[in-house]
Amino acid sequence: MITAAHYLALSAILFFIGATGVVTRRNLIVIFMSIEIMLNAANLAFVAAAAILGKMDGQTIVFFVMTVAAAEAAVGLAVMIALFRNVETVKADEVGALRW
Amino acid sequence: MFYPLAAVTVVSALAVITARNPVRSAMALVATLASLAVCFVALGAHLVAALQIIVYAGAVMVLFLFVIMLLNVQEDPHEGGRTGLKVAAAAIGAALAALFGTVLLRGGGSVEGAWPAGFGTTRALARVLFGDYLVAFELTSVLLLVAVVGAVVLARHDSDESDPGEVEEPQ
Amino acid sequence: MSVWLIGAIKSLVVVVMVLQLSAFLLWIERKGSALIQNRLGANRAHIFGVVPFNLGFLNTLVADPVKLFTKEDFVPAGSDRFLHALAPFMALFPAIITFAAIPFGDSIRVAGRTIDLQAVHLDVGLLYILAMVSMGVYGVVIAGWASNNRWALLGSIRGSAQMISYELAMGLALVCVVLTYGSVDLQAIVRDQGRTLYGVVPAWGVLYQPVAFVLIFIAGMAESKRVPFDIPEAESELISGYFTEYSGGKQAAFMLADFAEVVLVAGLVTTLFFGGWQVPWLTAQGWKFPGAELISLSPWTVTILQVAAFSVKVLFFCWLQILIRWTVPRFRYDQLMNLGWKRMMPIALANVVITAAVILVWGRAA
Repeated sequence: MITAAHYLALSAILFFIGATGVVTRRNLIVIFMSIEIMLNAANLAFVAAAAILGKMDGQTIVFFVMTVAAAEAAVGLAVMIALFRNVETVKADEVGALRW
Repeated sequence: MFYPLAAVTVVSALAVITARNPVRSAMALVATLASLAVCFVALGAHLVAALQIIVYAGAVMVLFLFVIMLLNVQEDPHEGGRTGLKVAAAAIGAALAALFGTVLLRGGGSVEGAWPAGFGTTRALARVLFGDYLVAFELTSVLLLVAVVGAVVLARHDSDESDPGEVEEPQ
Repeated sequence: MSVWLIGAIKSLVVVVMVLQLSAFLLWIERKGSALIQNRLGANRAHIFGVVPFNLGFLNTLVADPVKLFTKEDFVPAGSDRFLHALAPFMALFPAIITFAAIPFGDSIRVAGRTIDLQAVHLDVGLLYILAMVSMGVYGVVIAGWASNNRWALLGSIRGSAQMISYELAMGLALVCVVLTYGSVDLQAIVRDQGRTLYGVVPAWGVLYQPVAFVLIFIAGMAESKRVPFDIPEAESELISGYFTEYSGGKQAAFMLADFAEVVLVAGLVTTLFFGGWQVPWLTAQGWKFPGAELISLSPWTVTILQVAAFSVKVLFFCWLQILIRWTVPRFRYDQLMNLGWKRMMPIALANVVITAAVILVWGRAA
């Protein structure tokens, strides 16, 4: 019997896959894509919650999350392009100038 | 229906984080987004599913692909190191995923059980969006404007120093 | 019969019809262009050179696909094989799957069950079409990248920039249609066009939104990268642009995708602006000519007439696109982008505002 809670569990699994990707990978763009996976996992959780409660508020929040994620992706990729122009690399290890 | 769908989603997400070639990662993410859209349809959110494909899979990921191609990001030949960290991260991630998954599985709530009529349609979403969340909607539009301006400014060539120059006239 | 079986049969019918029409259009394009350009076109395909098999003009219809599918499938050195194989799939799949939302007839009653003549009844049909059109960009982008060829990559970047630019104008024009009919459901939009204005003129969408019709038709041709917008492909200048490095079955997939999008634009324009399956003055009970009595027809006759009307309209718009292709020279790339961003998008925006104002003052079409 498939309940909407199964989708919540799926969103948890996706979230941790995304988190593992952020921690493990060195390529900045792949890190960014893992963040997008995490955002989508949150979206799935919201939609599942909306289905459980029978209210549309969850889907409206998803609308906003999608919009904000699109804006963030645009700006983040622009930052990456600007960074690349200066340091010629997208590996996270090599842009550690601000680390202590 | 759920288990094949969940399997496809999880496998594509794993392909995103494990693929060496970033273009393959991006295409795997497209597959993940598409299967998530199918999950949304299964949960009755038809409009959100269509928006997911239009916005996320159709625009944001194309932007990702453009940037990957523009920066000519290649596979990293030294990516294979730090195996200890990767195994630890994967183990902790899997353990936390299992923990959260089993806890959330007790949430219950049926799929399409107690939905009101017109759940997930454009009309219903519009009622809530322009009713309860109108201020957030307006602020989001300002946010999008700021993001567009910011992205254009950041990605622009600095002060035309890379001007292509005049075309030489043949003497 | 269960719902799944009916849905599967409908989907199969739709997919087979689209593929057949695409292959047929490939041949019609060759002979039709020959007709327009006052030449004979391809007429030399024989089978063993024997006379009964020398139906030159018809053999090309068979010979073209056979040639395409039996060629060597060549993957260029240094390219990613998986991506090289993925690109034609990403180009063809959205083009065919979009037809699931397009209605080709009214609901029919068979054995006590109401079947909607639409492969899937989506309540967000129009957005689904827009979504699948957005997915078509991937075929172009991945094709150029996987070719390991810098000019193919250049062509594909230009092509995808063109596609996403015209998606914008198309989306805004679709907003006007949604405003006019108050619904995103395609079957509801088509049903709404069955009324008559003043009892005489059929209330087709083109009378309510002529500007949106022109915009969607032009943007649709730009999306499918047909002349005059075929700089990404440019047969007489680049070899094949973004799919230069594709041969055999994969090139056939790209060409099929091209013609499937021709049929898609024709189907979309028909559905939104020319009444879809509506025949003028034909109601579900029979002919209702203005000023005359109802001439009743059986439901099956009505259905057959409606499906036939849909087919005729779609074929007309396919032919119109082929005619435009062989009449108009192609745009330069900057002219193309100017047209999309500086002329069509402001016109579409103004159309949205004007439509909204008119609806506010005079009420909706329905």
